[in-house]
Amino acid sequence: MSLLKINNLKANINGTEILHGINLEVNKGEIHAIMGPNGSGKSTLASVLAGKKEFEVTEGSVLFRNQNVLELEPDERSKMGIFLAFQYPVEIPGVSNMNFLRTALNEHKKYRGEEIIEPGTFLKLVREKANLVKMDPKFLSRAVNEGFSGGEKKRNEILQMAVLEPTLAILDETDSGLDIDALRIVAEGVNTLRNSENAFIVITHYQRLLNYIVPDFVHVLHNGKIIKSGTKDLALELEEKGYDWIIN
Amino acid sequence: MSNELIEQITKSDYKYGFVTNIEQEYAPKGLNEDTVRFISEKKNEPAYMLEFRLKAFRFWQQMKHPEWQKVNFPEIDLQDIYYYAAPKIKSKPKSLEEIDPEIRDTYNKLGIPLEEQKLLAGIAVDAVMDSISVATTFKDKLAEVGIIFCSISEAIQEYPQLIKQYLGSVVPYTDNYYAALNSAVFSDGSFVYIPKGVGCPMELSTYFRINAAQTGQFERTLIIADEGSYVSYLEGCTAPMRDENQLHAAVVELYAHKNAEIKYSTVQNWYPGDKEGKGGIYNFVTKRGLCAGDNSKISWTQVETGSAITWKYPSCVLKGNNSIGEFYSVALTNNYQQADTGTKMIHLGENTRSRIVSKGISAGHSDNSYRGLVKVARKATGARNYTQCDSLLIGDTCGAHTFPYIEVENQTAVVEHEATTSKISDDAIFYLNQRGISTEDAVGMIVNGYAREVIMQLPMEFAVEAQKLLAISLEGSVG
Repeated sequence: MSLLKINNLKANINGTEILHGINLEVNKGEIHAIMGPNGSGKSTLASVLAGKKEFEVTEGSVLFRNQNVLELEPDERSKMGIFLAFQYPVEIPGVSNMNFLRTALNEHKKYRGEEIIEPGTFLKLVREKANLVKMDPKFLSRAVNEGFSGGEKKRNEILQMAVLEPTLAILDETDSGLDIDALRIVAEGVNTLRNSENAFIVITHYQRLLNYIVPDFVHVLHNGKIIKSGTKDLALELEEKGYDWIIN
Repeated sequence: MSNELIEQITKSDYKYGFVTNIEQEYAPKGLNEDTVRFISEKKNEPAYMLEFRLKAFRFWQQMKHPEWQKVNFPEIDLQDIYYYAAPKIKSKPKSLEEIDPEIRDTYNKLGIPLEEQKLLAGIAVDAVMDSISVATTFKDKLAEVGIIFCSISEAIQEYPQLIKQYLGSVVPYTDNYYAALNSAVFSDGSFVYIPKGVGCPMELSTYFRINAAQTGQFERTLIIADEGSYVSYLEGCTAPMRDENQLHAAVVELYAHKNAEIKYSTVQNWYPGDKEGKGGIYNFVTKRGLCAGDNSKISWTQVETGSAITWKYPSCVLKGNNSIGEFYSVALTNNYQQADTGTKMIHLGENTRSRIVSKGISAGHSDNSYRGLVKVARKATGARNYTQCDSLLIGDTCGAHTFPYIEVENQTAVVEHEATTSKISDDAIFYLNQRGISTEDAVGMIVNGYAREVIMQLPMEFAVEAQKLLAISLEGSVG
């Protein structure tokens, strides 16, 4: 069943067109990998889907659960179930990770018309989820991402994903800057969370991550367009031959 | 940050802007020696007090208005102000139950119920409306351990020895223009005396309310902590929304004896004026504490979100050896508000220590300055100071300034100063948005995180209030 349908999506930043007409359909239960050289528009696509204001959508549509999300504010998209794991997670000094996560979860619950979660119940939940990404509980009482190493920040993204349980998670180069152990932990987190009701879009430069998170489809993005799609074998081919053979 | 976003979050609504409809009694408008005599007579004061006032008044007449501050306002016509306005009370209420229902209702609306059984456990309140104290709660309970907590008018009548000894001992009337004015025309305020060795069993607080129009509020607070005692004191302030500017020129004196500690917290939410900068309170206040005895400690914590202009420097004079002074401040300005605030730490005794943490937040077209003096006198061997001074900017039409003054006369002193300036980034807001948190809540969260170190110094209930206040002061309708 179709979860996300991107149709001829074009987007600008400061008057320069970055996305030149993207078409992509993601069904429930699927994992899509998006690969491509630097500057091809991968992160722009992620930001546009999440609703970042700097980007102006000039054409096309994005249907998520049959609703055009381009009209919605970023926080509404989040509450509908779109999650973006940031390439560069932001530090929020003085705001504890715990408080941040609980506020976010309660916003989602309010949106769904559910009761908000009590601090005690939340503590149990978040400890469980932290264990999933092998995160020391002491990070929960620290300020959001402040003084975290690159790997800790990425794990914190996966923790947030585990708490919010999105229907569509977009991982924007979550593997960049991770050592092999951290990579494995992040991948395990994703694999534990995947089920027949949700979907993942994994943006990456390297085939390496796809050994751990096995995609159903691989797309190559170049110059703001998807120029080739295939199965996981395409990623292996790219690893071997680079991008030139497709681009030229 | 995008203009639209800034506009959303800087539109604020003031929730305490109502007027209480009660009969008021005024002094004739304007200021001269007769006004001073009128106030003194109205309060049935002993001769020594009138003398104090007249000396101050005559000194004030020789003074010029200061010009060094970084705040702008038209000259205040001091002849166009009522110096005394009091809710008309037929006879002084003997108990809290006898308070005028209108006044009681006002404080209920402000969230300060005057019925003791409804009060937050462990907080005694002195409620001051315009020029007079209308109620003081838990007086009897405090008296059991020898603590005096009453209005300053009452103290002038009942405890003349303490008043004669301490009033003006920390802030003499010669100190500055507004301190002299206050000494001449102050009408009420709170008085606290904590006897030797007594730790005050509850938080004491004063709630100041300006109600009458065209009125200046000149309150006077005096807190004395005798040897080895401890007290935590809080003040809150609100005023109705009016197009005119109103002057609030208070003097607060703290006196800490040997081994005593005074913790003074302020949540200031005077009416800030409207979005175009019309109206609002001029908050020109002199606050100073004297650590007179060895090992004494005075700590100021302020969360300033209100007033059209805030101009004050809660200070510590560290006279006793090993005495400690602290200043924790959050000053938030929005729309056309102006703030020039900070502290003075005067190190006189040996091994004295001071700590300054100042967090400025500017939004809209506001202007926010930190001004602070750290002075180490010749005999203050081993003195230490640490100052941290941060500014947070929201949008690009506001200003933040820092004016640190450091005067060191002793070679052994260690004085540190750290300062940062930052902006709320679009990226931080987007990050929180992406987790389902609205822009308004995101800004509130970021600002509260930034101010956390200061908020943590407040007693629990007030910390929660202060957090809400910071968020509300930046809040607008998300369109």
